[in-house]
Amino acid sequence: MSSSHDSSTIGSALVKRGLADMLRGGVIMDVVNPEQAKIAEDSGAVAVMALERVPSDIRRDGGVARMSDPEMIQGIQAAVTIPVMAKARIGHFAEAQILEALDVDYIDESEVLTPADEENHIDKWGFTVPFVCGATNLGEALRRIGEGACLIRSKGEAGTGNVVEAVRHLRTINAQMRRLQSADANELFALAKDLQAPLALVQEVSLSGKLPVPLFCAGGISTPADAALVLQLGAEAIFVGSGIFKSDDPERMAKAIVEATTHFRDAHLVAKVSTGLGAAMKGIEMASLEQRLAERGW
Amino acid sequence: MARVGVLALQGDVREHTSMLERVGAQVVAVRDAEQLDDLDGLVMPGGESTTIAYLLTTSGIRPVLEKKIADGLSVLGTCAGLILLAHEILDGRSDQWSFDVLPLSVRRNGYGRQISSFETMVNVKGVGEVPGVFIRAPKIETWSDDLEVLAFHDHGDGEHPVLVRRERIWGCSFHPELTNDERIHRLFVDAM
Repeated sequence: MSSSHDSSTIGSALVKRGLADMLRGGVIMDVVNPEQAKIAEDSGAVAVMALERVPSDIRRDGGVARMSDPEMIQGIQAAVTIPVMAKARIGHFAEAQILEALDVDYIDESEVLTPADEENHIDKWGFTVPFVCGATNLGEALRRIGEGACLIRSKGEAGTGNVVEAVRHLRTINAQMRRLQSADANELFALAKDLQAPLALVQEVSLSGKLPVPLFCAGGISTPADAALVLQLGAEAIFVGSGIFKSDDPERMAKAIVEATTHFRDAHLVAKVSTGLGAAMKGIEMASLEQRLAERGW
Repeated sequence: MARVGVLALQGDVREHTSMLERVGAQVVAVRDAEQLDDLDGLVMPGGESTTIAYLLTTSGIRPVLEKKIADGLSVLGTCAGLILLAHEILDGRSDQWSFDVLPLSVRRNGYGRQISSFETMVNVKGVGEVPGVFIRAPKIETWSDDLEVLAFHDHGDGEHPVLVRRERIWGCSFHPELTNDERIHRLFVDAM
């Protein structure tokens, strides 16, 4: 009989990116308490993001937004069987250390919280827990990957219920990757300079035509149609924040978005799950925004 | 040429697809019950078992697949897929169902949360050492004698099966699809 004994490695790039691979085709939902976490799991979420206030409330309340209370995160971990993610402020490696100590499954170094460092992001290579980071363009995505991020989400504009920025960021990242694919090797040095991105990653994208880590989409998705749109634009999974628990019927909305994410090319099915859903979150037009969260991080 | 479906509701469908193509199978992405027709085998990928179970129900695939399995369809489940094939699920949701075609009990996240996810070499009977990637992996805790165990792993608490088979049904705690080693997929397809 065959057997293997324990000489195992934890925290490798493969196991960190591997969890992101397992989340593909799924919906990660923002939740603020164990009851919402249960609804998310019941509705087919692949993971939950534990936070104290959803982005639309952070936007409304103002003030400094920080890492959540560990008690709240632990309550959510106890309530569900799916992965639990939590947010740390940009550059706040001590918050990240605490989240790692709490055994969260993924840390989101997130522009939704108030940045703690206006020059530096967290050195993510030093952690066993994997990180997801936001990006508005390819250069930003590759800088985050250079710092050790194992998953990129296009930022969109969190808490608005408006998908326009998510579309802009996804299209930008994809267009810039196509540009790299069509470039010859001599051009990549100047393109890396323009993108302000590590040359080795620029060369890798030029060959593969995709990011070296999965690309998910966040920031403004609030209907099944929004989900189908960003999946068709190349997102491999989605984060939905305020869009679910700020809608009229969160459980129905959550289930409809999950089904639309799986069957995103099946317009008949997306039509069916979109029918009679009640109101989506109200949403905000970009021109009326006082603060653009996507501008945080660099 | 074997015609093999990959359940494409959620999870790492792409990696399984490319592995199966590498070993010469014709691959079909399965998102509805009709796509189960005329398959020699089916792979249930890694992903979240609660999500995949939910989508199996909403898509109407569940009862059709149950019948196909009873009629002799070959199935390989990795990670979440193993959970969906198990007789008993420990630490799952109270209402979590499974196809109940592998005589074993499996503990969800039995090897720990993400921070404990690991890579190791696994010695597979008749194949040799293959890389094993365990991500929030399910642990097989008890199993019946008529289950063929192709590989064990000892993670410091005694030997637990990590690759098992009963006739046409295969279960794997780890993710052979995340590596460059296609030998487990070859074993599955060659046995059809």
